[in-house]
Amino acid sequence: MSLRDIAFEHQLARRHLKGRIFQVLAFAAICVGLVMLALLFFDVLRDGLGRLSWQFLTSFPSRRPERAGILSPLVGSVLMVTLMGVFAFPVGVGAAIYLEEYAPKNWLTDLIQINVANLAGVPSIIYGLLGLEIFARWLANYTGGRSLLTGSLTMALLILPIVIVSAREAIRAVPNDIRLAALALGATKWQMVRSHVLPYAMPGILTGMILAVSRAIGETAPLITIGALTYVAFLPDSLKSQFTVLPIQIFNWVSRPQAGFHVNAAAGIIVLLAILLSLNALAIYLRHRFEQRLKR
Amino acid sequence: MTVHLMTTTAPTNVTDLENVAVLKAQNVNVYYGTKQALRDVWLYVPEHKITALIGPSGCGKSTLLRCFNRMNDLIPNARVEGEITYRGQNLYDPDIDPVEVRRRIGMVFQKPNPFPKSIYENVAWGARINGYRGDMDELVERALRRAALWDEVKDRLHDNALALSGGQQQRLCIARAIAVEPEVILMDEPASALDPIATLKIEDLMRELKERYTILIVTHNMQQAARVSDYTAMMMLTEDGRAGTVVEFGETEQVFTRPRDPRTEDYITGRFG
Repeated sequence: MSLRDIAFEHQLARRHLKGRIFQVLAFAAICVGLVMLALLFFDVLRDGLGRLSWQFLTSFPSRRPERAGILSPLVGSVLMVTLMGVFAFPVGVGAAIYLEEYAPKNWLTDLIQINVANLAGVPSIIYGLLGLEIFARWLANYTGGRSLLTGSLTMALLILPIVIVSAREAIRAVPNDIRLAALALGATKWQMVRSHVLPYAMPGILTGMILAVSRAIGETAPLITIGALTYVAFLPDSLKSQFTVLPIQIFNWVSRPQAGFHVNAAAGIIVLLAILLSLNALAIYLRHRFEQRLKR
Repeated sequence: MTVHLMTTTAPTNVTDLENVAVLKAQNVNVYYGTKQALRDVWLYVPEHKITALIGPSGCGKSTLLRCFNRMNDLIPNARVEGEITYRGQNLYDPDIDPVEVRRRIGMVFQKPNPFPKSIYENVAWGARINGYRGDMDELVERALRRAALWDEVKDRLHDNALALSGGQQQRLCIARAIAVEPEVILMDEPASALDPIATLKIEDLMRELKERYTILIVTHNMQQAARVSDYTAMMMLTEDGRAGTVVEFGETEQVFTRPRDPRTEDYITGRFG
């Protein structure tokens, strides 16, 4: 027996066993998530799939569950999310560009960055209270009070920290070489940002944006706070119009005693999930397209 | 200060360069925060010649190079003192716009860094943002020809530049730099990331480019400095080891065969470094 064999106890079998145990545990962890998700999904599909129809998608709410539809919350959700994106995207990306490209590196900037990150963790109902006070009350003359505009602005505030943080990450991932190359050619900072930093960061920015939208489309609390209605038998005809959104309608149906409304709620959830999945698919597609453009 | 006496005034053998120098650094000190990077640097960069900056790592070669196109401005807390002139104009005057400086004094970096765009767009972009009004196709072709890249890429101008080899990418970066018609090109170890064949191509190219441009190159490779440059500046850390300075500057042949400074001789003969 050589010295080499004495000094080491290889215990290969034991080390491999440990590795295998960890692998099984990790597999179990992913199974828990997937199985729960599948159960929920099938439960909802079983309850609601039969109710999905053109009539359901194109009808206003009604006292009778079989005549009720999801038109006004569907349109409300789509409009609210679109407007929210229009508000949050330029402001969020602009703030991210400022923080990453222009802001001096000092304690104040650090403080702002930490606080922006913290804002992403503030409960959404707080944003609802803020929106209620500022947009629905102070600015009622401009927003029309408890309106679509108020809802969109409030939700834009809610997702702003997420948009800023994800856009900053995307901008920071742009190689510094590219910035130096642009500046060394006699580009101004804006020319550099516009032509190189933004296109390079765009896949990441869009991904963050769409994840933020996905979160917002399922939010209920802030909209209830600012007073989105639960029974809306009309479509919004202006920014100052009152509105409702899918999660509020679903919540409303679930809390009704009649079984017919519970079926409606399940069908509503399917619609909401479908929108979420399409948004995520769109995010993946956009990301892929922008990445291809950089590679080609 | 006696140890630095040699470097606090212009070296006597090159005072005749003063009249033909496009770029001059006189008594330059550079600080990063409280740390001094360069001390009492003198350098003359003569027109239509290749001037090489050589010396051990960390002696401030790149720092000195970046003084000439104000790239040090981009580093927070960097401070440049002394006089750096381009055709008699102090580059650090408050009314000098660094953006304009960088158009006239171009730069090629150590690692090839083409934009993730087409070959054509890489060359055209700099000209476009600087307000070029002429025929863009012609300009792109001229720049690529001068960078000895045209024949290799003329059939795929709209392919992504990242598909090129490292040596081709670096020549594209040179084409990109000359497309904005600079007078001086600064090169920061332009061949250090390339294989020997690509390196030789870059060196051949530099010899052609000096007909039109003034070139200042940083290199770790002493053979490269000896092969391509007309003038060589030897940089070293000062005796106290705190900052870099130019210990010797002269015609390349003289610096390599009859160095005046014992430190240059030690370095060139490989006794340290």
